[in-house]
Amino acid sequence: MDILQKEQKLLKLEEELRSLDDETAIQEISDKIKTYKQHMMSKLTSWDRVLLARHVKRPGTQDVINYLFEDFIELSGDRLYEDDQAIIGGLALFEDQPLTIIGQRKGKNTEDNIKNNFGMPHPEGYRKALRLMKQAEKFNRPIITFIDTPGAFPGIGAESRGQAMAIANNLYEMSDLKVPLIAFILGEGGSGGALAIGVGNRVFMMENSIYSILSPEGYASILWKDAKKAQEASEVMKLTSYDLKEFGIIDGIIQEPIGGAHHEPIKMYEAIYRTLRDTLRELNDMSRFELATERYNKYRKMGFLQRFNYENLQEVVK
Amino acid sequence: MKRNHLQAAFEKQKRFKTKVEGYRKKPLDLSKAKEVPEGLYEKCDQCGKALISKDMVKNHYVCPACDHHFRLRAIERISITVDPHSFIEKGLGFITLNPLFVDHYENKIAEYKKATSLDDAYIYGYAQINNNPLVLGVLDSHFMMGSMGSVVGEKVAKSIEYAMVKRLPLIMFIASGGARMQEGIFSLMQMAKTAGAIKKLHNQGLLFISVLTHPTTGGVTASFASLGDIILAEPKALIGFAGPRVIKQTIKQSLPEGFQRAEFLLEKGMIDKVVHRKDMRETLHKLLVMHQRG
Repeated sequence: MDILQKEQKLLKLEEELRSLDDETAIQEISDKIKTYKQHMMSKLTSWDRVLLARHVKRPGTQDVINYLFEDFIELSGDRLYEDDQAIIGGLALFEDQPLTIIGQRKGKNTEDNIKNNFGMPHPEGYRKALRLMKQAEKFNRPIITFIDTPGAFPGIGAESRGQAMAIANNLYEMSDLKVPLIAFILGEGGSGGALAIGVGNRVFMMENSIYSILSPEGYASILWKDAKKAQEASEVMKLTSYDLKEFGIIDGIIQEPIGGAHHEPIKMYEAIYRTLRDTLRELNDMSRFELATERYNKYRKMGFLQRFNYENLQEVVK
Repeated sequence: MKRNHLQAAFEKQKRFKTKVEGYRKKPLDLSKAKEVPEGLYEKCDQCGKALISKDMVKNHYVCPACDHHFRLRAIERISITVDPHSFIEKGLGFITLNPLFVDHYENKIAEYKKATSLDDAYIYGYAQINNNPLVLGVLDSHFMMGSMGSVVGEKVAKSIEYAMVKRLPLIMFIASGGARMQEGIFSLMQMAKTAGAIKKLHNQGLLFISVLTHPTTGGVTASFASLGDIILAEPKALIGFAGPRVIKQTIKQSLPEGFQRAEFLLEKGMIDKVVHRKDMRETLHKLLVMHQRG
């Protein structure tokens, strides 16, 4: 039984609760719900987290922005081709400090999702993001990114307009930005499409978000020629926040309420608020040079390999 | 203490190592590239014409009938590109690990090592073209489709740093299916690593020429391969971010003729020039000369 089925059962229990008048029965059912949550929904498999990360009700970039930044001003366009709705960008004040905000945006319904292309950006989106990052660097504003995308869009238009070049260019410029860059992975962190706005001094993941080189479906179809083995793939891929923290790929995990952030989104927003506040305090003290160097060195070290030095027969593990 | 996952992966590799016959200790032997036995024939993948292997070498591994550019091994690429005996391989001794415990990954790597006599898909070193010194890096698509895992990413970064230390121009020949799936998130991070290293190279005012050959796709295209000061490509090379099959599945339409080929990218303004293999060495030479200062 996966997390979505468990959630259905929980909903049924909650419905039952609402239909009751008798106080002892209410107590009984609410105890039952509590134990059910604790026992059945607190231990999650990797696949459960994949399902939660993609949950239709999961709070997305727009929700987080609405909660955290009251005076958000959206800025649009890449000045080259068009405005990509899959990436939202703009300015906001956070504890009186101006910030540049960039994030991938998914829709809440089909209509929105078609407009936002299901959170899959085109090259225009990445170029818009880069434009805003360079602008932030000019005005010495920290950059906050929110990642929630299945990946960069694979299509004829995207390829014709240089999807690969746009992503490469973002990685290239981000490595040397002279302002703090803090990335939050909210839901799906899909491959290069996520990394293209996610090369951060600090990268945080929501507890039930995922970050991977490819979707579990894609991974299963490449390695085992069977997309239906996605569940199995999700276990092998090590894509959960806990795995990636252990690997040193991310800097921190932001706890979610039991059963996923959509049960009590405010808890998640508050946790992001606290993390953002603390991290900004830390990074605001660093010089422009230090920020760029720290970020570069962090990614320069990433990788898991061994080098055998034949001259003095020493093994070097990275 | 709970044993760390990566420590476990490393220990597993150590145990595995005893089973595999040693790691390459000597630089690559380039003379092997030209050793083709007499009387051997090959068939062109495109037009099906039978070709004498010896003539193939003379013809830069291009089919004389249909101009099809064969996929080259790293040693073949080096031997037709740089001055004879000028290549000195650097960055030896890297060992690929299996951080995610993917089944059979070690065995696969061992097989490819044996078949290609490479450590992993990328080799680099010092070389000369018509006596002009440079750092040359070559991705070999015969090694697991030239995919980029931790070792390839690290060696690419090392080759960039080598060019910076020696203050030499850097030329890379790319042939890669993208990031290496078996190494998961570590492969993804190599994109940020290599792109960042190229930024450092550019900050120092050094030349980077990227030559895209068939095929160049995925995470390699979306990082260092697309960041050349000058980007060249071989005729008809497949170059893109998403593979044609993925695009077809996503948009459920057939793709236009010549889509994602070198000529298509040239038309769309994504690359500088399509260069035939027989002219590649001369073109690189000219470019190197034009970037010499003082």
